[in-house]
Amino acid sequence: MSSSAAQPFWRAAGMTYVTYSNLCASLVRQCLKEPYRSEALSREKVHFNVSKWVDGKPEKPTIRTDTPE
Amino acid sequence: MLRHGSRSLFGRASATSMRWRRLFSTDLPVETAEDTKFVESWKKMNPNMDPPKTPSAYMKLRPPTPANIPSKLTVNLVLPYDSVLSSKEVDMVIVPATTGQMGVLPGHVATIAELKPGILSVHEGNDVTKYFLSSGFAFVHANSVADIIAIEATPIDRLDPSLVQKGLADFQQKLNTASTDVEKAEAQIGIDVHSALNAALTG
Repeated sequence: MSSSAAQPFWRAAGMTYVTYSNLCASLVRQCLKEPYRSEALSREKVHFNVSKWVDGKPEKPTIRTDTPE
Repeated sequence: MLRHGSRSLFGRASATSMRWRRLFSTDLPVETAEDTKFVESWKKMNPNMDPPKTPSAYMKLRPPTPANIPSKLTVNLVLPYDSVLSSKEVDMVIVPATTGQMGVLPGHVATIAELKPGILSVHEGNDVTKYFLSSGFAFVHANSVADIIAIEATPIDRLDPSLVQKGLADFQQKLNTASTDVEKAEAQIGIDVHSALNAALTG
């Protein structure tokens, strides 16, 4: 009963829906006129840091940010 | 004595919660279909205690199909950062589903549709408002409420035609030079989105 149904091409290539949807949204944002474009691109900025835990202790975090410090 | 205590406590709690719910005037039923079985088996085991509420008792049921088809469709267009349309009464919306343009009228059967990048047009009398959606989902409920969710929805006049053409040409080139599956998929997505943008601007 569970035959692999026809998948969208992006899922067949290993992309998830979330990645696909975010990619579509960022492409649309890049095609906007000013001033809407700068407002929209500010929505894409992220700022987070990730640290892996080994033996119950966090290692040095990697910071991913688009905001200038 | 302890048994009576718990019943009166529970009785008071349920009375206040019932009153609180009625204050908000929603038509939440106390028990749903799943709960009758639980309530029956509880009563068999424990006829003197009121059965506790289960999570499904607090859930709103799916909106029922009304007897008469409503005259207007209620539309909610929501984005992660803004609700563009919020309970707007309209005559019809046309959503860009992956299976093609789908028109939703009041009284439409309950549907879930995945959307492709395309135009959402909202028809109210003689006015048509168009938004370009990046992708998302459309949920039509049996009570003629349509929830459309997307990540980006812009009016067509905010799109820049030269950027769209440039993007289309770029991605067509990227598709020719792409080697891995992921690159090909990304290039194809770029072409799809930009062709939809192009069609929105020229159509």
